[in-house]
Amino acid sequence: MAINWYKYSSPATFYPLAGKLIPWFGWAAAILTVVGLVIGLGIAPTDFQQGEAYRIIFIHVPSAWMSMFIYLVMAFWGAMALGFNTRLSAMMAQSLAPTGALMTFIALWTGSLWGRPTWGTYWAWDARMTSELILLFLYLGVIALRNAIDDPRRADRACAVLSLVGAINIPIIYYSVKWWNTLHQGSSINIGAAPKMATIMLTGMLVMSFAAWFYAIAVSLHRVRAIIVERERGSAWVNALREVRAA
Amino acid sequence: MSEFLAMGGYAFYVWGAYGVTALVIVIEVFAVRARARAALEEARLAGPEEPVPTITPGGA
Repeated sequence: MAINWYKYSSPATFYPLAGKLIPWFGWAAAILTVVGLVIGLGIAPTDFQQGEAYRIIFIHVPSAWMSMFIYLVMAFWGAMALGFNTRLSAMMAQSLAPTGALMTFIALWTGSLWGRPTWGTYWAWDARMTSELILLFLYLGVIALRNAIDDPRRADRACAVLSLVGAINIPIIYYSVKWWNTLHQGSSINIGAAPKMATIMLTGMLVMSFAAWFYAIAVSLHRVRAIIVERERGSAWVNALREVRAA
Repeated sequence: MSEFLAMGGYAFYVWGAYGVTALVIVIEVFAVRARARAALEEARLAGPEEPVPTITPGGA
């Protein structure tokens, strides 16, 4: 079965497709969240060093992963918009910024609440935490830049350039615990090595990560639908939409 | 149950983390829904007075 992907690169055809996909990703996220919470708060045993405080891991690590991953996806769509001048790519990039900022905030907030009982401090200016804070400022900068430019196509290009320049921060965050001597611990999960944690804890973390992933997809698809209507307002296909005609 | 809520003395940290995460996610979901509704409302106001005939996607 061949799918014509080009067909879905236009906002008019992507809008109904996104509408059909949102419930699937939304429900998958909800179910995985419930399963992840049961594992993380119920089944997983108490940590012998950190007691119950370690349970923050089940939201901290997934949100931190997503904060970096969403940024890369946002920069990718920005690059596509710059290279091919496609409207939908720019709209996708625009849609991802607030959710990326939200994931970054959650990672910082939960990390802070985890740091206090385990390290004795809510915050330290170490490389991992500082670069993650810079990530939050990058997201907020992209959002502010868009709001500051009236012409949407110019805003698309400016945001894409800022996103791409800021992408250098992602490897810095990821490798910060290796490159510098940080208060933040090294990663427990590395490609090509056995994870340094109990299987049930790892399972809970992975389930929550997929939940965060599907949530991010669902919410950014929903937001991109709003953005499509905002930016294509007045066009014949928007006027022909059932939800626009039914006043 | 109260033992579960106490989180071995770490209730403030654990529930502070989970609670705020749940709160910001609920806020984002409502904000996105409101934005989508507002966008459709704006499109309705900007649209033509008379209902236009339905355009079949891809057809011309």
